[in-house]
Order: sequence, then structure tokens, then C-alpha cells
Amino acid sequence: MLRPSSTPQAAVENLGDKIRLQAWGNAYASLDNKAQFTESDFEHDLTGYHLSLRTYATLESFEVRPLHASNNEAEVQLRIHWSSVVGPFTDTRNLRVVRNGDRWNVDWPLVKRSVVPPQVIAVNYLRWDVIYRGSGDDWGVQDVEAPHVRIVDMHPVQRAEGVVVLGELLNEDVVPAYVSVRATLQSKNGSPIASEGSFDRISHILLPKQVTPFLINFPDANLSDVGSIRMEPMSSLVSASADPVIEIENQQLNPAPGASVTGQLVNQSGQVVNIAHVLETLYDKTGQVVWVADQYTDRALLPQTPVPFDIHIPEDLARKVSSERTIASTYSVGGFQ
Amino acid sequence: MRRRFAFLIFCIAFATMQRARAEGGSMSLSPPGTVKAGNAFAIQTTGSGQAVLYIVGLGQVIGRDVQLGETTFFPAGVLYNAGHYVAILVAGSNTDNTAFDVVPASRPASLSFLARPSRLSVGLHDGISGCVYIFDAYHNLITAPTSVSFKLSNPSGAAQERAVVAHDGVAWTEVDSTAKEGIDKFKAQVDEVSSTRVVEQVPGDPCGLKMSATQSGKDIELATTPVRDCSGNAVPDGTIVTFTETYGGDQSTVDVPLKRGIAQVEMPAHDGATISVASGVVMGNEIHWR
Repeated sequence: MLRPSSTPQAAVENLGDKIRLQAWGNAYASLDNKAQFTESDFEHDLTGYHLSLRTYATLESFEVRPLHASNNEAEVQLRIHWSSVVGPFTDTRNLRVVRNGDRWNVDWPLVKRSVVPPQVIAVNYLRWDVIYRGSGDDWGVQDVEAPHVRIVDMHPVQRAEGVVVLGELLNEDVVPAYVSVRATLQSKNGSPIASEGSFDRISHILLPKQVTPFLINFPDANLSDVGSIRMEPMSSLVSASADPVIEIENQQLNPAPGASVTGQLVNQSGQVVNIAHVLETLYDKTGQVVWVADQYTDRALLPQTPVPFDIHIPEDLARKVSSERTIASTYSVGGFQ
Repeated sequence: MRRRFAFLIFCIAFATMQRARAEGGSMSLSPPGTVKAGNAFAIQTTGSGQAVLYIVGLGQVIGRDVQLGETTFFPAGVLYNAGHYVAILVAGSNTDNTAFDVVPASRPASLSFLARPSRLSVGLHDGISGCVYIFDAYHNLITAPTSVSFKLSNPSGAAQERAVVAHDGVAWTEVDSTAKEGIDKFKAQVDEVSSTRVVEQVPGDPCGLKMSATQSGKDIELATTPVRDCSGNAVPDGTIVTFTETYGGDQSTVDVPLKRGIAQVEMPAHDGATISVASGVVMGNEIHWR
């Protein structure tokens, strides 16, 4: 139910409602600075100029927070909480709201479309394809070997929410691997307590000699009940490409309060990366993994265009963190060509 | 299905035989003690008159009308599944039976050769295993001791050979992967029959990983020397090399695949930065940028 935009806050709330309804025309028409960009620019600012997590996200809720106001102008913060297939993400915009007679209109701070200059980027990285043995082949016929992977670090920690198993997995082969890790907690008499997989706190595609962290959650489990842990790294051959290469720039470990790792992803290839998954491995002074954090980028990565990331670190662990390592796995529509 | 049918025939014949035994009769049969699979053989009977001769085994049943007192001939290729058989002679209510064995032919016709792994690093002791099962022309496992030769040869002609005697139809061996990468051929041979598998020997972990840095505008251009393993084999393209630049509390990382034997990247030039290089669990050198 829209209300009259008789206050700066009401104007922003109305805009938020129109965005939630995807009433782009109405939302655009209500803007004070609409002459500066098109309706399409406005829509794509929110839903992404290229296919990305934003494209299929839905507006879950929004918060409006007045920052300051005068008779004719106000600044209001709009925090939009989006819901996506890999979890929520938040878009924060500080909006200038201006008075036009008895109405207030929002001056939308458009994030302009990044433009990549025309150029030719030569890409000649390797790509691997796999041909398996046929189902009709005789017994004893040779098949291609699954990639050899190895867990190079693993230890459990007790957290308030349960037991967490952390570690790192190395692809020690010369071919790419699709990997996952499963852990089974066993009691002191050897009986299984629970079995869980790493789900998405791992980079599932590992190129040769690449290392991924993994984190496996056991909600409600208690470490004092655990006698041993059985680890099962799994790997299978997968077609893959060494492109795109993602550089992680300006990584910074920000101490508590609000501990986080920030940085920028730079897509060094000529292909648009639609979704990037950033995995952060945090180590203590002895080099042991103390936590694995992750974030998906909500905007596509254009060639040579930095996209920031900001990954939260649990406050109680922030003091223990001495160094970190960031990797990014990517997804591009159409896969590799 | 064939086995079920054979079992059914065997049961019927056995029941008939038991009843007939109780009734008595003067006839007998003499099959050979053993028959080689696929070979011709004969069964001599005694007595007079007509009878039916059944031969029942797992997977095979034969029935023949015979004249008692004569020899019944079975041509080559009639009995071919190795195993335990029962010959049953039935004449009215009289029966006789004798067991005999069909043994695999002594001449091997095919090998099932399991070679593992199909891909492994160079220089691994007993890293490659080969296991061979020997079959005759009728796919019977030849259980008699049989000499098997295994040979792993690389493109340069160097070879490792092992001679093994198969027992109960199986022979196996282990050989080392060599120091040189390449596609090796692993061959198992019994008489004139052989089977070959391909074993790809791939370079091991990088050894002596080294990079250099040069100024390139506002960036540093980092490049490794050609990356090789400890045996001097070129580490394959696509292998990930990680460059890490640390400066004033900040860090930049990039995972770069090897291309034409080297990894190359440009990173921002920061005075006092420390740059390190690694591949998997292998660390390379460090550069302090001034």
C-alpha cells in the first residue's frame, strides 16, 4: 500500500515498495533525477547489467534510516535485503531526497554500467576434456584415472553452534578435479555420530596443484563426545578450463570490532564472469586454519574491472587470525568455450 | 536361466536314478576322468538295448539316445564350460551315473589385464601394479600354473620386465614409475597372447620454484623460470602457481596457471612489498621489492 510521499522517509519507503513489486516504470517515474538516466539503466542498476546473482534475486525486505534532513533536502539510507539462491545479500544506498512542493522525491545514486574499452584479449589457456570408457567395454579395459587429491590440513573446533571441521585439500594431480569432502564424527567406541559434507564452503573445481579450504558443520554436536573423525575426500575427472584467471587485489584484514577481510576481484580474462565465489582461509600464527569464510559476488565481473568483496570474520576468532589466503571460483553462463 | 534349467534336469535325473537303483539293472557307463574344454571325447556304455545318456553340468545339459554296449562320441566344441559334470544313463527304470570334470584348455586365448593406475607421478617405487587373468578360448579361467611376462616400456625403449607364474588363473606384479614423464606401455604376455595398457607418467611436484620481478609501468611483472620437477621434467601447463604480494598489512593473491612452462602475472608495485610464489605445497623464492 503506497502512502503519499509527504516526508523524505515516506518517499524512500514508497520507492522501496515499488522496487519490491518490480514496478520499474513507477519507481523510475518517482525519481527526481530521472532525466540523468533511462528507466532501463535504473532497472539494471538494481538487477545487474549482466546476468548475475542480482538478476534472479528477490527483494526480501528493506530498511529506511534517516541520516539528516532540512526543510528542502534530506539524506536517507536505504538498506535493501535481497534473497538469492546462495543466500541473502544487502545493497546499501545513501539517498538524497529533495522537496518538490508538498512531495518529496528521491535522487537515485545510479551505479553506472562499467564500460570495458574495445580491445582484443588473447586467451590461450588450457582446457581439459574427458572421454570415459564405454559402457559396453570388456571387463579389464582401462579407464581414465580419477584425480589424486589429498587433505593437507584438518582439525575440528568446538563452536557455540556445534562442531566444525576445518581443513585444506590439494589437487596433487596434473588434471582438473571436481572435489568434495565428507566427514564422519565417531564416538569413542567407534560408532558414527553424524556425517556431513562440505557443501559450498569449498571450491569444487580444483586445477592442478590448486588448494581449497573446506569447512564442514555439525550442528548441535559436541566435540567432547567425539573419539575420531573419518575424512573422505572425493574427486572425479571433470572438463575444465584454466581461464578465467581472477586476481585478488588489496586484500586487507580488518581487526575487530567488525572484523572482516576486504579486497577486490579483478577478472583478467576477456570473458564476463557472472558469479564469483570468494573463499577466505584464515590462519593463526602457527599456520593452522582457524576459520573459512565465504561470499558470493552479487554483480558480474567484467574484464579488468575490480569488484569489491567484504567478508565478515567471527569476532571471537578475529584476534587469533594472523594471515589469510583468498581464492575465487567462478561461474560463467555457457561455461567455457 | 540355463543354470536353473540344468539344475532342474539334474534333479529329475537324480530322482529317476535313485528309484531305478532300488529296482536294480545291468548297465554302466565310463566317461573319461577329465575332458579338456572344447575337446572331443567318448563315453563307453555296457549293457544291451536303448538308453538315454544325459550330461549335466553348470550352464550346460546334453541328452543323447544311445545304444548300450557301444561307445558314444561327442565332437569337439560340445562341452566347453569348465566344471564338474554328471553323466547319467537312463534305460526304462534302470539308471547309472558317473561324475567327471571338464578342465580349461591349456592354450590361453585371452587375457584380462588390470593395470593401475593409468596415470601417476614419476619416480614412485612399486607405483604401478598389473594383474592378469588368463582365459582359454571358451572364457574358462586357466588355473594351471602358467608363465606370464610383464613389461613396462617407455618411448625411449627402456623397459622393466618381470616374469611371474600365474596360480589359480591369476598373476600380478608391481613396477616402479620411471624418472621420465611420458606415455609408457605396460604389456602382459602369455605365449602368443598379450594385452597392453597405457600408463601415463606425469611430472611430480615443482622443484626449485623460482620467479623474477621487473618493473612494468605502475606494476611489477612477475614470471617464473620454466617450472620443472625434481627429475627435470617440465611441469604441465595448467598447473596453478600462486603469487602473493604483501605490503603494509595488505595482501594480493593471484592463482595463475602455467602457460608454455612458465607462470606470469602483473601485480601492483608497492615499495617494500614482499612477493612470494608457491605451487601446491611447494614454496618458491621471495622477492622484497624496492
